[in-house]
Amino acid sequence: MTVRTAELLMALMMGIFSIYLMHKSVELPIGWIEDEGPGGGAWPFWLSSIMLISCIGIIYNWFRKKGPIATSTKTYIQSHVLMEVSSVALALIITVALFSFIGIYGALPLFLLFYLRVLGKHRWLLSITLATLIPIIIFYFFEITLKIILPKGITEPLFIPLYKMFF
Amino acid sequence: MLEILGLLADGFTVVFEPQNLMLIIGGCALGLFIGAMPGLGSVNGVAILLPLTFLVPPTGAIIFLAAIYYGAMYGGAISSIMLGIPGASTAVATTFDGRPLAKQGMADKALTGAAVASFVGGSISVVLFTFFAPPLAHIALVFGSPEEFALMMLAFATFVGLGGDDLFKTIFSIAIGLVLSAIGFDIISGEPRLVLWDITGFLHGINFLVLAIGIYGIGEMLWTVEENALGGGKSMLSDATVTVARTFANLRELVSSWKTMVMGSVLGYFVGILPAAGATPGSLMSYGIAKQMSKDPDSFGEGNLEGVVAPEAANNAASTGSMLPMLTLGIPGSPTTAILLGGMVIWGLEPGPRLFTDHSEFVWGLIASLYAANLFAVIINIAFIPVFIQILKTPFTILAPIIFILCLIGGYAPTQDMHDVWLMLVFGIVGYLMRKLDYPLAPAVLAIVLGPLAEPALRQSLIISDGSFAIFFNRTYSGPIMIAALLFLFLPVFKMAYEKIRNKVSS
Repeated sequence: MTVRTAELLMALMMGIFSIYLMHKSVELPIGWIEDEGPGGGAWPFWLSSIMLISCIGIIYNWFRKKGPIATSTKTYIQSHVLMEVSSVALALIITVALFSFIGIYGALPLFLLFYLRVLGKHRWLLSITLATLIPIIIFYFFEITLKIILPKGITEPLFIPLYKMFF
Repeated sequence: MLEILGLLADGFTVVFEPQNLMLIIGGCALGLFIGAMPGLGSVNGVAILLPLTFLVPPTGAIIFLAAIYYGAMYGGAISSIMLGIPGASTAVATTFDGRPLAKQGMADKALTGAAVASFVGGSISVVLFTFFAPPLAHIALVFGSPEEFALMMLAFATFVGLGGDDLFKTIFSIAIGLVLSAIGFDIISGEPRLVLWDITGFLHGINFLVLAIGIYGIGEMLWTVEENALGGGKSMLSDATVTVARTFANLRELVSSWKTMVMGSVLGYFVGILPAAGATPGSLMSYGIAKQMSKDPDSFGEGNLEGVVAPEAANNAASTGSMLPMLTLGIPGSPTTAILLGGMVIWGLEPGPRLFTDHSEFVWGLIASLYAANLFAVIINIAFIPVFIQILKTPFTILAPIIFILCLIGGYAPTQDMHDVWLMLVFGIVGYLMRKLDYPLAPAVLAIVLGPLAEPALRQSLIISDGSFAIFFNRTYSGPIMIAALLFLFLPVFKMAYEKIRNKVSS
């Protein structure tokens, strides 16, 4: 896919999103209400219309072939870059999905092992050491020092004795 | 005058509390570290680390973040000089002469020059700041909702007029940021509003940090992953010889550059005050002027120390300058100050001119901490140059997962809702794809912070005027501000028309 094609697709998608936002805005009154001023939907409605007009402007420039992006025939994302970026993005998505099931302390070591060993090609020893150490530091820093309780999923019961130790 | 000095002295007593002093030193070191990493700058550091400040009181929190901000501005020069890759866009101009100097084996000279220039830039600008801020805040005390709204219009209009990005994409970015900030509840009627796809997670609105960390954390890191994949992951680290004797010789040599430093500082400060301008154009302009002022302009670009000193003084001065409208008017001029302002709202402070009277300790503690952070940053920077060079040798594949994890936790911490972590991932990935198409994203971050302040300002103004927009034009302060905003807004149209006429005349 060329940059030029991507430009059109992105503008179309954002245009559709703008229309959806306009549609959601009219759930509240967008006109003038006596003694209350503009209705609750007015602000987002007119702003989403501005979004839509901007998208139409971008598409208009695309047809006129104006600007460096609208005329670029370069590849939008080269295949080896796409491999790299999408594996990182996928790893993040899977990690976040796992937060709710095996908890943050189950998901983070897996994420770290994958990143360090598979993507970074570091030695096993270094990968395993960091994958254990970093979650421990995070536990001490966030849960003990800052008292921000992070999601645990099914591992919740394992942490009850730990909390008893610290609080 | 004396009153200001008294308040500043009070500020220093806040700064010298042991906890705050620790926060400044820690913040400077962290900021230097983040700034030194290629691709990451002050805005990324402040966005990713803001959730860490929820524990300390607001004064401590802003001091910590200001120290990170300062440290990162210093640190940006390190990767510009050592790797030839700017640590952030603000340090682009530093590569022009810093890199050639490093290649000639004089990396230590460039690094010391950058540190000292940053110190001078920071010091001059913070003194200017101290004496400009209170009178400006005093004038702004009479501002009502029409003036507030006019100021916000001005901030957005400068992005359109001066941002230099595609006109439609800039406007789109501002509008989407404002709409995203409207999600949740309608502030006046209290009804749920824009609950997208009826997902209940949208009921509590979108915290600005979710968008800021999405774009400046996840999105920026994906961008860096791409850059590494394109560059084969290899970068050329220069050698640097650092000895005490050489450092002192370097410091002596810098005395002759004082004129350039002062010029860069004053210029950077005033460019920094303007929204949408800020540190990057400030440093580039300063570089250009230093070249014109020089007796030997041809040596610029081949390793002239003045070419390192000028942009570094300017970018630090600009970062102080950009705090002026944020603190006195409640209008941030840059994404970094927008995030700081968003933080102030989280800590329960109401941004705006009343801050100076209602939370004097907070304001003066922050100003005094700028003096202190500046001093600590230059000391840490010069003393630990060898350590920062070592840090640059850390492989990206070790740092990247750690930063990603900090982002995920940072997205979760403010609301403790998994919905926000998902949303942050979406913003990060879509933001990355949009950035590849040259959509400017800084206006969106500014807009999501200002949205919750702009909407009530507009609605209250319209209630006062019974629906007439004339209220923005017929008041002493809002009139000129609004007209200036409109001029900036239509600047691109004027430019286009002018070019068309010129083309017709010439053909």
